[in-house]
Amino acid sequence: MPDSLAEPMLPVPYRVLKVGRETADTFTLALAAAAGDQGFSFAPGQFNMLYVFGVGEVPISISGDPDRPETLVHTVRAVGAVSRAICGLQKGDTLGVRGPYGVPWPVEAAPGYDVLVIAGGLGLAPLRPAVYHLLARRPQYGNLELIYGARTPEDMVYRQELERWRGRFDFRVHVTVDSARGDWRGNVGVVPNFIARARFDPEQTMVLICGPGVMMRFTVQELLHRGLKRENIYLSMERNMKCGLGLCGHCQLGPFFVCKDGPVFRYDLLQDWFLAREV
Amino acid sequence: MSPGSADIGEEVVLEPQGLQQLLEILQRQGYQLVGPTLRQGSLVYGPLSAATDLPRGWGDAQEAGAFRLRKLREPMFFGYGVGQQSWKQFLYPHRRRLWQARLEGNDFQVLPPDADPVKFAFIGVHACDLEAILVQDKVFLEGPFIDPHYRARREQAFILAVNCGHPCHTGFCASMGSGPRATRGFDLVLTEILQGPRHYLLAAPGTERGRQLIHQVPHQKAQPGEREAADQLLDQTTRQLGRSLDTRDLKALLYRNYENPGWDQVAARCLSCGNCTLVCPTCFCHTIEDTTDLTGTQAERWRRWDVCYTVDFSYLHGGSIRATPRSRYRQWLTHKLATWIDQFGVLGCVGCGRCITWCPVAIDITAEVRALRESELTAAAAAKE
Repeated sequence: MPDSLAEPMLPVPYRVLKVGRETADTFTLALAAAAGDQGFSFAPGQFNMLYVFGVGEVPISISGDPDRPETLVHTVRAVGAVSRAICGLQKGDTLGVRGPYGVPWPVEAAPGYDVLVIAGGLGLAPLRPAVYHLLARRPQYGNLELIYGARTPEDMVYRQELERWRGRFDFRVHVTVDSARGDWRGNVGVVPNFIARARFDPEQTMVLICGPGVMMRFTVQELLHRGLKRENIYLSMERNMKCGLGLCGHCQLGPFFVCKDGPVFRYDLLQDWFLAREV
Repeated sequence: MSPGSADIGEEVVLEPQGLQQLLEILQRQGYQLVGPTLRQGSLVYGPLSAATDLPRGWGDAQEAGAFRLRKLREPMFFGYGVGQQSWKQFLYPHRRRLWQARLEGNDFQVLPPDADPVKFAFIGVHACDLEAILVQDKVFLEGPFIDPHYRARREQAFILAVNCGHPCHTGFCASMGSGPRATRGFDLVLTEILQGPRHYLLAAPGTERGRQLIHQVPHQKAQPGEREAADQLLDQTTRQLGRSLDTRDLKALLYRNYENPGWDQVAARCLSCGNCTLVCPTCFCHTIEDTTDLTGTQAERWRRWDVCYTVDFSYLHGGSIRATPRSRYRQWLTHKLATWIDQFGVLGCVGCGRCITWCPVAIDITAEVRALRESELTAAAAAKE
């Protein structure tokens, strides 16, 4: 946590070490603190506010390895002025970082459980640190499964990593796309349809979900249908955010501030607001 | 006259000219005086240089969607209700620069924010606005992150409150437990009393600072009759308040009625202008503006009040979460009266009535709550039949 008594809106300059292209509009940036200091530790599921000089600031999940905090990794899709500017940065450029903010995935509480990680599209970005954390401590958990869905094969992020993960004997990975051309040999279908393939003990399973609203809605429905406990389902939510500090009011979701009460929420606490529209 | 006799909470009596003496002492102590003034036919809190700057002898007539000044027959210093803007604008200015940054080659350097040494003395804070300041304290000072700009101004501010001898027509402080008597959060509180030819100020310090101030002004110990006159005045104000809001079970009422079709009715009238959020003394939402100069080498970050009634407020890539006026009015009202309690442990409404007065189409928060209650009764009655 940054010092809460200092000006909490000051970004710290970070240097771009590497930019990798994930899809046509999505890039992964590796960053290190420009002043050469250690960076900061973070927990899986937390996010930073990223500032491009003179352009603006946006909240972006941290998607690197929490056990290697010296390199900060963010995956960004170019959808607005700021995210486009971030995606246009080159090695050696500087951007501002504030964080980390938010409530993490409950990985610390998961030992002894089967863990089901369910991601849609870029929703894999905030979940990747959780996967790193789980794999680094693999013997502590029961079954470990990932269901990942993208719109098309071209929209998949972290493709090489998914292939590597799928090669492990202690991690079952299900990848699917909504639609594909004829040369796609993988699964086609929406994420909720793949829950039936996952192996888990509904009494002892922790589920971590991040993806588009409609995907999360039907995924939760299917999980409940399979006997999962509401209190063991966790979702990462997204809202307009200006400060990340719980002060600007933009990220309100009913009684919650997504920036400080989330972005990760336990489903039983969130459900009334999650199911209502235009909250 | 017996200087040095007032204890915290103990009431003393000042003559009308004592007010000017209080203000002079505060000025000598380095406070910038801010209080009610008349500007363009409205009551506006702004800089004061002397007690003569107060709109003495003026009152106000507020109704839903209407504010008028009116001349009083009595030479009261504080014969009016709340002004258009609250004290929020001083503790939490509507625009503030948070930092500047300079680009040098590929690097930029962020320069810390300007120091903000303003030391305000707020003159004539009504009980509802006092409670509103305490509500904003919870937002900005209780963490996990603290707003250093708010804190710098808030810690220094001297608050001279006035008990309301003026029943607001759009106010409902008594319903919200926030007035008309100021019970906490002030350095000094005055009750202005005019009984025939006798005009005096009953003063009670609330802090050591307030006690020190009263020390330096000629005063007398309050007599039981004088205290009784103040009590009667406040009772009368309470009885004559123009609005009330039934707060029983309020959070549950709002949560139960999140999908009430009645929201469509108020949304049909609401212009989504956001006046209610700007005049509200507790609304705290803001946006961040990052800018550069034309050379692209100097950048600034500004914080500006924002309005939850805009489509842009909830914009996420692909569209806005609250795309309809219905959802935006529901967000504002539900926040004020329900989710605020979950967030900060208090209601987000103090009953000042500004949102009613300054709504261009006269939407009345008390009427909207009543409509929700009535719709429940109607539904229950229909279910019985």
